[in-house]
Amino acid sequence: MELTNDWYLLLSVAMFIIGAVGLLVRRNPLVMFMCVELMLNAVNVTFVSLGTELNDVSGQIAVFFVLVVAAVEVVVGLALVVAINRRRASATADDVAVLRG
Amino acid sequence: MSEVIVFSVAAVIVLSGAVGVVASRNPVHSALFLIQTLFGVAVLFVLQEAHFLAAVQIVVYAGAIVILFLFVIMLLGVDTADDWSVEPIAGQRPLAVVVGAALLGGGLALVVVASDSLTGFVRSEGERALDNEFTDIERIGRVLFTDYALSFEITAALLTVAVIGAVMLTRKLLRSEMLSDLEADPMDLPPAAPGASTSAAPATPGGNTTSSASAAPATPGERQS
Repeated sequence: MELTNDWYLLLSVAMFIIGAVGLLVRRNPLVMFMCVELMLNAVNVTFVSLGTELNDVSGQIAVFFVLVVAAVEVVVGLALVVAINRRRASATADDVAVLRG
Repeated sequence: MSEVIVFSVAAVIVLSGAVGVVASRNPVHSALFLIQTLFGVAVLFVLQEAHFLAAVQIVVYAGAIVILFLFVIMLLGVDTADDWSVEPIAGQRPLAVVVGAALLGGGLALVVVASDSLTGFVRSEGERALDNEFTDIERIGRVLFTDYALSFEITAALLTVAVIGAVMLTRKLLRSEMLSDLEADPMDLPPAAPGASTSAAPATPGGNTTSSASAAPATPGERQS
């Protein structure tokens, strides 16, 4: 039995779906962010796997940029969570239903 | 064969961690399961000879991002278990599971059907030999600082903007700004605000949550115990 590229892709699909279902089901914004991280990691596995398959290092470059964007997203997202928690003591995504410019 | 064994172990680690992130009631446990998943992904990267990315995965993800999550969880004191008995939107969870199952079926079918012709690319022996000429760090460095140099520079601007944004979002509001903010939104009026008209206040008792981080009265809409 040989380890082919498809195994990585199948694992990546499963990981992405788990993250997506978690994003839909969970109400805690922090856990929702973690599910987004899961989905990003699933895509990273795909990038590296196909980059290895095609002998192209651009796949790993893409993962590098995804890492940066993920870090930025977490910083801003967590700052938003902290700001919202200061204004009203609610921790679920459903309670933040009022937007104002 | 050893590759298959390593992959299987890593896959079990990754998937069990992912399920743990979604299924844990306590956000702290979710963060720890996320670390488990990230380590599993790092093992997969090593297996594909992406050593640089494996190291970065551990340092940046497990070392910085998850720690940031844990910091915020502890800072806000929301490390209490979620109450799952309340379903805010009726039928959301079954629908989410159905959508997830459909996506899973579609994705798996796509990979299986496209299995052999997914990339349509067969490496020749010459290219295989080329693989060993440089390590992956050298290859990444060469491409990153030539073809992707502009993107790399833009990344710096992105990080700067994120830091400034985070500081602006979480700074303490000046008292005057807070009042002008609150006058426009009666729901947030603190009890001591001058000239407060509570006519537009919501009908829920105790709905006047204070805007500061001090202990606000628990509203009925609050689902985090």
